[in-house]
Amino acid sequence: MIAPLLAFTLHLEEVLVVGAALFAIGLYVALSKRNAIGVLMGVELMLNAVNVTLLAFSRFIESEQPLDGQVFAVFVITVAAAEAAVALALAVAIYKHRETVNIDEIDLLRW
Amino acid sequence: MMAPLLDLITGYWWDLRDLSNLSRMIYGRLDDWGFPDWSIYVISGMLGTLGIVSFIGGVAIINIWVERRVVGRMQSRLGPNRLGPFGLLQPVADAIKLMQKEVLQPASAPGLIYTVAPIAFTVPGIAVFAVIPWGRHMVLASLDVGLLYILGMSSLAVLSVFMAGYSSNNKYSLFGAMRVIAMLVSYEIPIVVGLLGVVLFAGTMDLQGIVLFQEDNWAFMVMLQPLAFLIYFFAISAELNRTPADIAEAESEIVGGYHTEYSGMKFGLFYAAELINAVSVSAIIATLFLGGWWMYELDELVPGWMIFIGKVYGVYFLFVWTRGTLPRFRIDQLLAFAWKWLTPMAIINVVVVAAEVLVWEESGWSAGFWIPVFIAVNGALTGALVVGFVKFFAPKFQRFPTRPRFYPDIDVPSLPAVTGAEFMAKGGQA
Amino acid sequence: MIAENGIVIAFWLLAATTIGCALMVAAVRELVQAVLFLALTFVGAAGMYIVLSADFVAVVQVLIYAGAVSVLMTFAVMLTPAADRRNSETVFQVPALVLAGLVLAVLVFVTLDTDWAISDRAAFSATAASLGEAFLKPYVVPFEVASVLLMVAMIGAIVLTQEDEPPPRRQEGE
Repeated sequence: MIAPLLAFTLHLEEVLVVGAALFAIGLYVALSKRNAIGVLMGVELMLNAVNVTLLAFSRFIESEQPLDGQVFAVFVITVAAAEAAVALALAVAIYKHRETVNIDEIDLLRW
Repeated sequence: MMAPLLDLITGYWWDLRDLSNLSRMIYGRLDDWGFPDWSIYVISGMLGTLGIVSFIGGVAIINIWVERRVVGRMQSRLGPNRLGPFGLLQPVADAIKLMQKEVLQPASAPGLIYTVAPIAFTVPGIAVFAVIPWGRHMVLASLDVGLLYILGMSSLAVLSVFMAGYSSNNKYSLFGAMRVIAMLVSYEIPIVVGLLGVVLFAGTMDLQGIVLFQEDNWAFMVMLQPLAFLIYFFAISAELNRTPADIAEAESEIVGGYHTEYSGMKFGLFYAAELINAVSVSAIIATLFLGGWWMYELDELVPGWMIFIGKVYGVYFLFVWTRGTLPRFRIDQLLAFAWKWLTPMAIINVVVVAAEVLVWEESGWSAGFWIPVFIAVNGALTGALVVGFVKFFAPKFQRFPTRPRFYPDIDVPSLPAVTGAEFMAKGGQA
Repeated sequence: MIAENGIVIAFWLLAATTIGCALMVAAVRELVQAVLFLALTFVGAAGMYIVLSADFVAVVQVLIYAGAVSVLMTFAVMLTPAADRRNSETVFQVPALVLAGLVLAVLVFVTLDTDWAISDRAAFSATAASLGEAFLKPYVVPFEVASVLLMVAMIGAIVLTQEDEPPPRRQEGE
């Protein structure tokens, strides 16, 4: 008797909406934070949202090689890790010269 | 001779050698009584968790005594011997002491991070036990990527160290925490690459699969891969912050490092979490390298989980033995050890193991021929690498460490490196 | 579509955790707390990957993102001690909010409006072995390029943060 009330299902659209929400939050964080590390956090959130979307497609969409989505997601994780390393090294290097990582103050093309 | 006696118990629920019989009987009864499937699934998870957590609780208590007493006896002193026979009630006293202590929390510490840090340190250590096989059919969560899950849990513990050090609002705690994190992150590479050799041999990351591989080939993995065992043993004792790598909590150097500002049961949780981490790592080593619950057909007579617990304590004794014997390394010595010794050895190990697996697959000869060959080759390689590294790459005796990198404006006079003999020959001068 | 009750409940709990922690990353006032909430977001996302039956990717996410990238960010925060540790926003806060809202609206509209070719395939079983084969057979070139990329990133990070070596010290009485 309780069973029909509790029959939940999960559709592709719901997962994609979750991914889109995560992407929008990441976009807001990347565009509005003052600290360079804060901007990087927004970028990482966006990359995670992309991974969620890729894996949702891999799971739900008709395809001959459905695991391609997971392969793509692993590559996204790899590239995101490399990019985080270089971006943080840049932030630390800029800090050494300018004593700040505030993106409002790093606004000259040459020192 | 034992066969008729064993037939009497095999498969029945009172067969303690395989506790899955008992659980299957319980789930069958529940199913008969009309419980829906999902509730049986939840109850099975909770029963397994209950068993594991009770084991962990018991182990955390017993190991307090084991550490102190065994280390004491190794160092030619008595260890705790006042409370109860052989000091066996010492853990009870320790627990009561920690529970009734006043929790002195720094006023300006960010409250939530300060409280969550010990919990975040404990949970990954306990979560590792979910994938460890206790018997032939006794795994709580049979994950296909079990080994990678264990590695992920160990890397989660790094963040909790940072949380503890940062939230203490104490420069020395933070400094200690950053040193520890640098060490933990450096030692993750030898751990992962060393275990890669094990996965290559077994062909699966599932821990039960690795134990079954050892059973099929009638050999413990430690015989097939002594180098991986040594690399993993030393790297993980650094990850556990145990002597000789306990620069994190060296009381004589930076008071307590990242858990300086913790008192009472919060510190008790850190202390217990370190013991639990040590036991979980011993369980991993026992499963991967020493055959887990399998011991050359002994698990027909003795329950597999008893064999497993015995092996866990054997490996834990190895850890305590190392702690009682070796002095503490300096942080730069530790980092050099990870990057210059363990990582090259681990990479060489992976290359050699991959070549061996390829030869095994391509030649098609049976395992009975190849396993002794691999044992001989890997043993020789291990001996050659260890002796070669020590002979050719052991650095000369360095009186002072190299220039510290975090604070470049601290001037440390760099004295030239001399060997110990030269140092003494010059009458104690550089 | 997934029809098991428990899995759907788990997904919504994990999604709520992930999005909640992402909002906290945007909202907390301290940079270090934001980094820790980001680590929690990564763990929540890993849980979602498991619901989508990508077990290998989920564990890789925990290992790399929550275990290494978060630690990298805390190191960057610690190596910049005189920098502003408040997680404050620039003057572009309101336009960023508007833009993020517009992007969300567009994405949701496209998601709900498209006619997806849903398959009624069951969940993947063990993905680790199949992914390994995929990395070495059809996708071997991107795999090798990714390893070169990682090496370049490592070298780049080391070069960027290298300090200038001080002039070599003379020894006493030379």
